[in-house]
Amino acid sequence: MQKEILIAGFGGQGALFAGQVMAYAAMDNGKEVTWIPSYGPEMRGGTANCTVVIADDEIGSPLVKNPPAVIAFNLPSFDKYEELVQPGGVLIVNQSMVDRGASRTDIITIFVPGNELAEEIGDRRLLNMVMVGALLTRLPELSIQDIETALNAHLPERHKKLLPQNRLALQRGYDYAQKELEKQII
Amino acid sequence: MARELLKGNVAMAEAAVRAGLEAYFGYPITPQTEVLEHLSARLPELGRTFVQAESEVAAINMVYGAACTGTRVMSSSSSPGVSLMMEGISYISGTEIPAVLVNVMRGGPGLGNIAPSQGDYNQAVHGGGHGDYNMIVLAPSTVQESIDLMVLAFDLAEKYRMITMLLTDGSIGQMMEPAELPEMRPVVRKDWDWATNGAIGRERRILSSIYINPPLEEETNLRLMKTWQKVQANEVRYKEYYLDDAEFIVVGFGTSGRVALSAVRAARAQGIKVGLFRPISLNPFPYAMIDELANKASAFLVVEMNSGQMLEDIRLAVRGRVPVEFYARLGGIVPFPDEVLSEIQRVATTKLNTDQHPRDAWLARFTAQSER
Repeated sequence: MQKEILIAGFGGQGALFAGQVMAYAAMDNGKEVTWIPSYGPEMRGGTANCTVVIADDEIGSPLVKNPPAVIAFNLPSFDKYEELVQPGGVLIVNQSMVDRGASRTDIITIFVPGNELAEEIGDRRLLNMVMVGALLTRLPELSIQDIETALNAHLPERHKKLLPQNRLALQRGYDYAQKELEKQII
Repeated sequence: MARELLKGNVAMAEAAVRAGLEAYFGYPITPQTEVLEHLSARLPELGRTFVQAESEVAAINMVYGAACTGTRVMSSSSSPGVSLMMEGISYISGTEIPAVLVNVMRGGPGLGNIAPSQGDYNQAVHGGGHGDYNMIVLAPSTVQESIDLMVLAFDLAEKYRMITMLLTDGSIGQMMEPAELPEMRPVVRKDWDWATNGAIGRERRILSSIYINPPLEEETNLRLMKTWQKVQANEVRYKEYYLDDAEFIVVGFGTSGRVALSAVRAARAQGIKVGLFRPISLNPFPYAMIDELANKASAFLVVEMNSGQMLEDIRLAVRGRVPVEFYARLGGIVPFPDEVLSEIQRVATTKLNTDQHPRDAWLARFTAQSER
């Protein structure tokens, strides 16, 4: 088994941490995992992305040209990565930050109003967990419980009070995406 | 100890601490700054020495001075910074004292960029500083290997009284992977019979790289060569993947080695009998193993993130018996596995032309492809 996930957004939207949380969860499940950020000047210019690879065996390349799972937090990421998603793959788009629909029909694209959902829970910084929750509907390698356990095990003590909210954000993203998926299947 | 999710640079730094690193001298440069950042907190906390020098030139000379006392000492930098250290590296080598260096390579030449590269292979493996010297050069490809080789580097440096360099790149430095750190070893400053650590009650010792008298310099050169023969005999390291029945052999180190691993697996899934040979010690280079593989393989494919620097060492070992092909990305670009897979398919299915140097052939192919 090997699965690659690419997460991209503006700096500050939590894309890198979203990837780290998934990497922790995969590690805690006994998997091999790599997390690699974009650390170049583009990161300083405002966009940030990371790639997470989860596998049973020693991982080769930490990067893939056509990831089967992508989260796009904003329009530039949506524009850049939509065409790169592996056919049959899944693309989670933060609908709050884009002004167009999907242009591909050979992948599953799920639009999630991430900013609004996060603000409803009470903190816009929960955007990344909403988006991760949405991806989990199409990511059999990890469950909400895995992510929650990873947050609990690896968040610094001072942030632990935010756990219930993070849990809620994951669930909200998951439920929203699940409903969208059901609509698409019908 | 349990596995932790660690960033390559941080993992190397913490591994050095646990291996008994007593003093660090360095200067920040992306993409290795986390090494320095981690040590700037850890070493003072443990009552050890951390100095951010005013430049890489100063840092390497501080390393030189501290190494003379028998202290476990290191520095780290990235390509342009390592170039600045070349004079000091030659002096340390000429003085025959141990030191550990890390080069987290980035795109070059010149100031280049901060993306991952392997452009400093020749500088590390075939000299860079002046005069006849060798460094042990180790190339990790994972975070765990970065840790294990860092610990080994200190032992090897002291065993052979020479510099051991970890040659890695921005990709491995910035990547996080689960890895296990070693137990904390106590700081032990051994009473080496060469160390200038205070001459009270004993004969004075002099450590220097100056041999004004040519016969004495020649004697030193010969001694360095004999030491290097021992290193060559004992310290060759590499990892093999799917080589048992391999007709085609991909060779790559560090990041290009692990990218090649993905491509080799994909090619295997298509029924191509291909394996991967990943050198870990770049100096001493695993010539003998390549030599042996050349007797049973029908072709080699060398994959690097430079213009074919290790390629020449492979050609030296293969000695024209079978075709050696080449694929590269440069400038700080890491190849994707599918690029390497296409090359494996080409090597496995087409008649290879051996008239042209593989570097020239690759350059022609690559340029034609990008112009299309």
